[in-house]
Amino acid sequence: MADQAGAASSIGRRPSAALSTADRAPQSKFWLRIRRNWQLYVLLALPLIWLLLFRYAPMYGAQIAFRQYSPAFGIEGSPWVGTANFERFFRSPKFEPVIVNTLVLSFYSLIAGFPIPILLALSLNQVRKRLFRSSVQMITYAPHFISTVVIVGMLFQFLHPRVGFTAVLANALDLQAPNWMGDPNAFRHIFVWSGIWQEMGFGAIIYLAVLSTIDPALHEAAVVDGATRLQRIRHIDIPGILPTAMVLLVLSTGRVLEVAFEKVYLMQSPLNLGVAEVINTYVYKVGLLSPILDFSYSTAIGLLKGIVGLLLLIAVNYAARRLTDNSVW
Amino acid sequence: MASLTSYESNINKVNESAGDRIFMFCNTTFLVVITIAILLPLIFIVSASFSSSEAVIAGRVTLWPVDFSLQGYQTIFEHKKVWDGFANSLFYTVFGTLFNVVMTIIAAYPLSRQDLVGRRIITIAFIFTMLFSGGLIPTYMVIRDLGLLNTRAAMILPTGIGVFNLLITITFFRTTIPPELIEAARIDGASDFRTFASVIIPLSRPIIAVLALFYAVNHWNSYFQALIYLKDQELFPLQIVLREILIQNSIDASMLIDVEDLVVREGLRELLKYSLIVVASVPVLIIYPFVQRHFIKGMMIGSVK
Repeated sequence: MADQAGAASSIGRRPSAALSTADRAPQSKFWLRIRRNWQLYVLLALPLIWLLLFRYAPMYGAQIAFRQYSPAFGIEGSPWVGTANFERFFRSPKFEPVIVNTLVLSFYSLIAGFPIPILLALSLNQVRKRLFRSSVQMITYAPHFISTVVIVGMLFQFLHPRVGFTAVLANALDLQAPNWMGDPNAFRHIFVWSGIWQEMGFGAIIYLAVLSTIDPALHEAAVVDGATRLQRIRHIDIPGILPTAMVLLVLSTGRVLEVAFEKVYLMQSPLNLGVAEVINTYVYKVGLLSPILDFSYSTAIGLLKGIVGLLLLIAVNYAARRLTDNSVW
Repeated sequence: MASLTSYESNINKVNESAGDRIFMFCNTTFLVVITIAILLPLIFIVSASFSSSEAVIAGRVTLWPVDFSLQGYQTIFEHKKVWDGFANSLFYTVFGTLFNVVMTIIAAYPLSRQDLVGRRIITIAFIFTMLFSGGLIPTYMVIRDLGLLNTRAAMILPTGIGVFNLLITITFFRTTIPPELIEAARIDGASDFRTFASVIIPLSRPIIAVLALFYAVNHWNSYFQALIYLKDQELFPLQIVLREILIQNSIDASMLIDVEDLVVREGLRELLKYSLIVVASVPVLIIYPFVQRHFIKGMMIGSVK
């Protein structure tokens, strides 16, 4: 395979049989390097097949967003309909609430959830007592390992209007026990703050790692100059973690349309659907749950989300690079 | 790190200003409050799970078991569905993780070699899938056309390689295995296969541990894949069983059959949810303190990138 291609391209480039060794050398070196490493390509073969099959084949299949897919005709055989599926989504009464819900939930999560791990890391970094520090770390990381299903199950139990912790507390104070899980106004707060509860410790790890790489000499010099702890945090620690924070911020802004939709889906009930229907849950319902499955329509919405997300990431990354010199690429 | 700590304690003995002491007090308070906030829901759930159904339904449980009982656990362990879910989850986790780790390692090693032609393009092809994907339905159609719907393979094959894990593995190979070592093996007459098996694999034990942990936790906790690809009860992982009981509130009447009183029955229904939450989280939370270190190491390798 490699040999054939090599021969073909060298013939294509040079019709004359007289090849000077000087200009032949780089070409054959190139093929020599490929040939010499053939076993590495054999190792890579399986992962590449997997990548094509499970990641790139779906991208090819996403073209049904522009067709009226029917299983009888298959992907290539279904008729083209242009952007009809997209226009249908834009005109749909679901369009506005789904977009608004997604954005509100994402930005609320981002704004509330982004600074807290940083705060936790800065604070933990000040602690000198080893035992205290490692216990706080171990306890705050733990919720990260609890599954989404269990977290939502815990929310239902903890906030249960009759047997939940909040109900018991309210009863003890002679108050009306709240039914938060059934209250659409509480949905966003519960979603966001339970997410923070679960992920803040784990989110702090990366900042702690960066803080541990800051040169101690900086702190020593600052102490000699009479800087307080707070001043050292402000002028040494925070500038130290800023590049990392920037990169993470760019990445999460690029993902605002994704939301943690597995959790959203589990928290949905007929009561809160007005605020809890996001793009991803809608895509799932249209494509795989509704009585008339509409693959093309669902794919179109998913594709729209994917493209907008990608453009957003590129834009935010560009802005971050221009403004702060920190970017993902 | 150790030197930093000793130096820190030295300077603090010498000149800790009043302001700094107030700051440290506030700082410690802040951390204690956060730790309590994390612990509170966990303690409540565990306490309720060890209480009697009467105490649970009467709303008398706060942060300590009331009328200690194992009724909830008993009911769960008699339930076949939960056991089947456990067994299935174990199966998916073990074989899924094995598949993931092998695939990630055999992809990462060639991609870590500077002399591999096409390395950049292939790496970018992987990273691109992080930024953009075909979407839910096209992926579903591929799984369907491969005949994987409603099979155990549908829980294992599609996850394959996590791009973040691939990147940390490439970084690991690049930073810990000197090119001279590979060159030396080549001069000794070892083929790439031989080098990979006898030199690389033995050196990659730490990264294999990290990968296995990341992947195993994902497999154990995932439910959405099962929700869309599986139909048969016998194939359901634990998380799907949990969803039915905890979220959809559907509990087999057979589980509560020997209870006559409606109130007690209602109490038992809630009680067994608490117990189920504990049982489902215990496997991961028990091993977690021992492997915590590796997770952090993994995150640190990742942050080098």
